[in-house]
Amino acid sequence: MGFSQLKRPALVVGKYAAIVFYLVFALFPLYWLVKIAVTPDRLIYTDGTRLWPSEFTLSNFVAVLFQTDFLSYFSNSLIVSLGTAALTTLFAAGAGYAFSRFDFGGKKLIIAIMLITQMFPLLMIIAPIYKIIAGLGLLNSLTSLIIVYTAFNIPFATFLMQSFFDGIPKDLEEAAMMDGCSRFEALRKVILPLTLPGLGATLGFVFTAAWSELLFALMLISKNDTMTFPVGLLTFVSKFSVDWGQMMAAGVLALIPSCLFFIFIQRYLVQGLTSGAVKG
Amino acid sequence: MARIELKNIAKSYGTVEVLRNIDLDIQDGEFVVLVGPSGCGKSTLLRMIAGLEPITSGAFEIDGKRMNDVRPRDRDIAMVFQSYALYPHMDVARNMGFSMEIRRDAAEMRKSRVAEAGKTLGLSKLLRRLPKELSGGQRQRVAMGRAIIRDPRAFLFDEPLSNLDAALRVEMRLEIARLHQKLKATMIYVTHDQVEALTLADRIVVLDSGDIQQVGSPLDLYERPANKFVAQFIGSPTMNVVPVSAASGGVILADGTFLALPHLDDTGLAVELGIRPEHIDVVDPDADALAAVADVVEHLGSDTNIYALVEGLGPIMVRVHGNIPAKPGDRLGLRIQAPNAHVFSADGRTLQRDMTGAA
Repeated sequence: MGFSQLKRPALVVGKYAAIVFYLVFALFPLYWLVKIAVTPDRLIYTDGTRLWPSEFTLSNFVAVLFQTDFLSYFSNSLIVSLGTAALTTLFAAGAGYAFSRFDFGGKKLIIAIMLITQMFPLLMIIAPIYKIIAGLGLLNSLTSLIIVYTAFNIPFATFLMQSFFDGIPKDLEEAAMMDGCSRFEALRKVILPLTLPGLGATLGFVFTAAWSELLFALMLISKNDTMTFPVGLLTFVSKFSVDWGQMMAAGVLALIPSCLFFIFIQRYLVQGLTSGAVKG
Repeated sequence: MARIELKNIAKSYGTVEVLRNIDLDIQDGEFVVLVGPSGCGKSTLLRMIAGLEPITSGAFEIDGKRMNDVRPRDRDIAMVFQSYALYPHMDVARNMGFSMEIRRDAAEMRKSRVAEAGKTLGLSKLLRRLPKELSGGQRQRVAMGRAIIRDPRAFLFDEPLSNLDAALRVEMRLEIARLHQKLKATMIYVTHDQVEALTLADRIVVLDSGDIQQVGSPLDLYERPANKFVAQFIGSPTMNVVPVSAASGGVILADGTFLALPHLDDTGLAVELGIRPEHIDVVDPDADALAAVADVVEHLGSDTNIYALVEGLGPIMVRVHGNIPAKPGDRLGLRIQAPNAHVFSADGRTLQRDMTGAA
């Protein structure tokens, strides 16, 4: 804490008040999700807007886990998200490295085209994508989702990775090459370890994007055994009623992998790995 | 160890030519310094020798073998970078031993070589530290350790001292000089600092806008600069240059004074006179000399720098050995030591001096 902050308590209070306000604003929906999930079904409406249910229950969780297809949705989502994250990061790292380090014909054109793909509203291309996937015979397969998600995430992930590579001094690779490395060895032994924060961020970003995607999953998957979690969630809405308690419990469970993932990668995100490489 | 030859080397980026007609023969064990202002192409030339930059045309040979298209790793040359370029995720020992790790040398040998280099450079106690835990001078030493550990055919230094403070720079300069005496290896050193060039080099190569201006020993360049650029670039403080008109057996200064230059064969093309600050004597203001008024006086203890305004001639800088009691506003007489004067033609060339002439 800086000296000037100590001298102005009003400023400190104001700063924390702003942070608290923001956190309450952002986290309240999550709190409500948890609250409904632990409220017995019969009390959802009678309890109204009470901040904590008059009766606590885990029965919604039990029901979701053992009486619905939630586990199947969950594992489908996990396969799709991990697959997409891994594939996208692999391609994005390669492309980002090339954009960052090499000059080649058509580089600007390729970057422009990649940017253009990010400008279309997804709704416009849903029909053609459906047609293509159907033609490939991949409807109702997890593979189709991985392919589509990977294709859509690569441009942004590439730009992300490129900026991380740009942040690593070229001198390091050149020093490695002078030390006897081939370019690939230099990449593997020197650059890659320094890019871990970047890889972590990209993996996390793509994973969450794939984890919560609904539109394509809804369109390309219609069979229950290949449904991903966001689509599966809709099955809690039946023609005559909505099973709020179970739906919220499922939502809470779905948050777990995202949280775990970010806890796992956050230490890479905050580390200043390249400090000390060059002067300063 | 190696002899390095550059034959008619040129480099262009697209249509922009950054280096041309570079011919240089560097002997085994020689310490050559490439010096010049920023943008003169000296770093590019060094990177071409390293193999980090392709050579546009010409031949680059090590020990008589053409190396133009050989990869950096196969040239067996070590390089110390201006930014040090230490691997941030490896400790000092691994940084220094990295080249041996890549070559898959035996672990014990690597360990003993790292220990030895650590001892030479005073890093023995820091071998387990990461680069970010080192000071600038220590990082510089690690970078040098990384180069010497593998006993390469030649060393390249790319402005290695420019990120250090003045005191440390002098210390590391000595260290590099000692290293060269000890290893007797071929070294090529790039700097924009002419003091580093003069103190370290066996031979200096002065570059300007992509051309070699002159190659020679430090004293050669100081005493016999080939042109006005070299004359003004080498030597500190900078040489004074004043306009003159040619006369028989000498030149006429702008204030009408005739300066006899008997040691020069021909002054017929002279348009400018160059004289180093240390080659001007301060004499009695009433003596037969250039009349001047001191503008700024710097007392350095060992020397006194006087920035004087000469009547009809303009500002001239004078460096006098020892401490003389001059103050701003004092009237001075300045006398040019004619045998040490240089004259330049309109195209900046130095007019030939008699080789027997005094220095």
